[in-house]
Amino acid sequence: MDVLKKVPVREQEPKERARNFEEVCYGYNEAEATEEAGRCLNCKNAKCIEGCPVAINIPAFIHEVKEGNMEEASRIISEASALPAVCGRVCPQESQCEGRCIRGIKGEPVSIGKLERFVADYAREHGIKPKVNVPKNGKKVAVIGSGPAGLTCAGDLAKMGYEVTVFEALHEPGGVLVYGIPEFRLPKQAVVAKEIENVKALGVRIETNVIIGRSVTVDELKEQYDAIFIGSGAGLPRFMGIPGENLNGVYSANEYLTRSNLMKAFDENYDTPINPGKKVAVVGGGNVAMDAARTALRLGAEVTIVYRRSEEELPARVEEVHHAKEEGIQFMLLTNPTEILADENNQVRGMTCIRMELGEPDESGRRSPVEIPGSEFELSVDTVIMALGTSPNPLISSTTEGLTVNRRGCIVADEEFGQTALKGVFAGGDAVTGAATVILAMGAGKAAAKGIDRYLSEN
Amino acid sequence: MYRIMKAENLVESIYLMEVEAPLIAKSCKPGQFVIAKIDERGERIPLTICDYNREKGLITIVFQVVGASTYRMAGLKAGDAFRDFTGPLGQPSEFTAEPLEELKKKKLLFVAGGVGTAPVYPQVKWLKERGIEADVIVGAKTKDILILEEQMKEVAGNLYVTTDDGSYQRKGMVTEVIKDLIENEGRHYDVCIAIGPMIMMKFVCLLTKGYDLKTIVSLNPIMVDGTGMCGACRVSVGGKTKFACVDGPEFDGHLVDFDGAMKRQQLYKTEEGRAYLKAKEGDTHSGGCELDQKGGDR
Repeated sequence: MDVLKKVPVREQEPKERARNFEEVCYGYNEAEATEEAGRCLNCKNAKCIEGCPVAINIPAFIHEVKEGNMEEASRIISEASALPAVCGRVCPQESQCEGRCIRGIKGEPVSIGKLERFVADYAREHGIKPKVNVPKNGKKVAVIGSGPAGLTCAGDLAKMGYEVTVFEALHEPGGVLVYGIPEFRLPKQAVVAKEIENVKALGVRIETNVIIGRSVTVDELKEQYDAIFIGSGAGLPRFMGIPGENLNGVYSANEYLTRSNLMKAFDENYDTPINPGKKVAVVGGGNVAMDAARTALRLGAEVTIVYRRSEEELPARVEEVHHAKEEGIQFMLLTNPTEILADENNQVRGMTCIRMELGEPDESGRRSPVEIPGSEFELSVDTVIMALGTSPNPLISSTTEGLTVNRRGCIVADEEFGQTALKGVFAGGDAVTGAATVILAMGAGKAAAKGIDRYLSEN
Repeated sequence: MYRIMKAENLVESIYLMEVEAPLIAKSCKPGQFVIAKIDERGERIPLTICDYNREKGLITIVFQVVGASTYRMAGLKAGDAFRDFTGPLGQPSEFTAEPLEELKKKKLLFVAGGVGTAPVYPQVKWLKERGIEADVIVGAKTKDILILEEQMKEVAGNLYVTTDDGSYQRKGMVTEVIKDLIENEGRHYDVCIAIGPMIMMKFVCLLTKGYDLKTIVSLNPIMVDGTGMCGACRVSVGGKTKFACVDGPEFDGHLVDFDGAMKRQQLYKTEEGRAYLKAKEGDTHSGGCELDQKGGDR
């Protein structure tokens, strides 16, 4: 065993998995997990914890894995995280916990994400559930949105004794975990549904099909609840504003993924249709772009990712880019679409693109792409998926007087406790930051739970 | 689960249902819609609200069978239930936010086509309850598929019914009635609200533009979530892309790109048609047939 390297994780063969929706990564078995846990240096001043937005006691749980005490490992993780099986699969560990790992200075960091996933899967398969028996304190909190921010906030508050009701606009709880992230990366029934069951086991009630701002307003909720948390996410897709974007065959990644993930259009037993396309271009370079591209591939398409910067600037997790390439997704980098072209039936037949080069760094610190004059060319595609990011839905902010939003439509809330401009109303996750990651939303949900507890203890 | 209290086959392929949905019944306004999902494998189907009873917590929907999902919906009976029923979605009709005194000074003309009569009804009723009588034109292809005539009579000021084939009352398109009222009878209207098949709304708008008569239309594009998330319902209004589910469904008809909207509506036509045939004929269906899409469900 090479102590400088991670214990490799078993995965479905790229050729095989490109044709199915089964999970790509199999995760560690007990022997592999124990071996990998042995690589942890158990640092006194553990940097990995600082890198974790929900501050899981990482060395402590890894130590228990090494000792074979999986139940204790699970208990330690669940103190900090309500969704470990999700985080172990979708967190960008390379820029968080694993990015700070001392092992990583010389060699590869400890595979913290895969260990977390192992513990969570082990707990689920062995029926280990977080034990909580907190007396109710009689105070009621409403949580808007059942995505990562809302579930975390609800779980933490329930553990403190609050009576929590979560309101979800869609017909299934889970938010982006259900409509956004595909099955092959995050199994819905086996993983997401089970973690939500665990949150419900804490006493949290989830009401689906309630649209706050429409079915009920925040002001009406205030009459029935002592405090409110808004974790409504960033659900509004952006488009480029180029000609041809309303043609048939142009989708937002949200639509393409929602049809396939939430509505299960990939399964012929479900009624919702999807036109997967034969030659698909996905515009964008984030995790959502990778998800859309790999979904289209599994639905039988030939897929090209079109991204205006170079590989180095791709915002997607390294693992997703790697998996996408293995599966045969083409990358057309330093390229930007300028127009989408129609056939006589108003259906996409191609896309005009222009080559880009990198210029001076912009405000994000990344070198900004500049068009190369005269380099236009036509790409032959029948489907274009726009994965350019999303903005918060204005449904709540526009129907709640006194709630302040910034110029990007994000709800203004303080970082430490999630306090908004309205008394007793807290917010966090993508609704505040704009589209970010599952784990950052969970961190914000946690912070707001603390803020709500502080507010209700004082009042 | 959301129980169906009443299910009625109005005419041919048009059905009416009353569904128990107290939260929606409490907060909905004319112009808004709901999304229904029959069961686990069903689609999210956007449907206009035809009536509501706040006390009993009931929502009335009217829909036409146009695809697999509406075909399956038509098979539901009183006592059955929808797995999911959510709303109200979209913006309420513009006039519901106007000061009543201002509104009372205005003369409104409603133009309803086919199953579009259903969403027009709660608007006219809302006005009637506030002492405002609006003129209503209802158009149908033929007498046998005319719906809600009695109900509309009770709430409308003047009701003009026209059939394309002349089988009942006036003969001809709704546009001819508008022309007749304005040009021959010298009527003046401040606002026209037209809801029906896309092609009808397009021609009403072409006509009313000539009279400089402000016209509101209600669009029924393809949707998935209905909350602004997917963008499938995007439509060009005054050169800007709008989402019908959150910015609409009602828009200034003189600014809507109807041709673009109609092309987008064809997007799933064959696929929907195939699914419908599969549901109807089981394994015997051969596929590939196109359906008449002029329907009422969004």
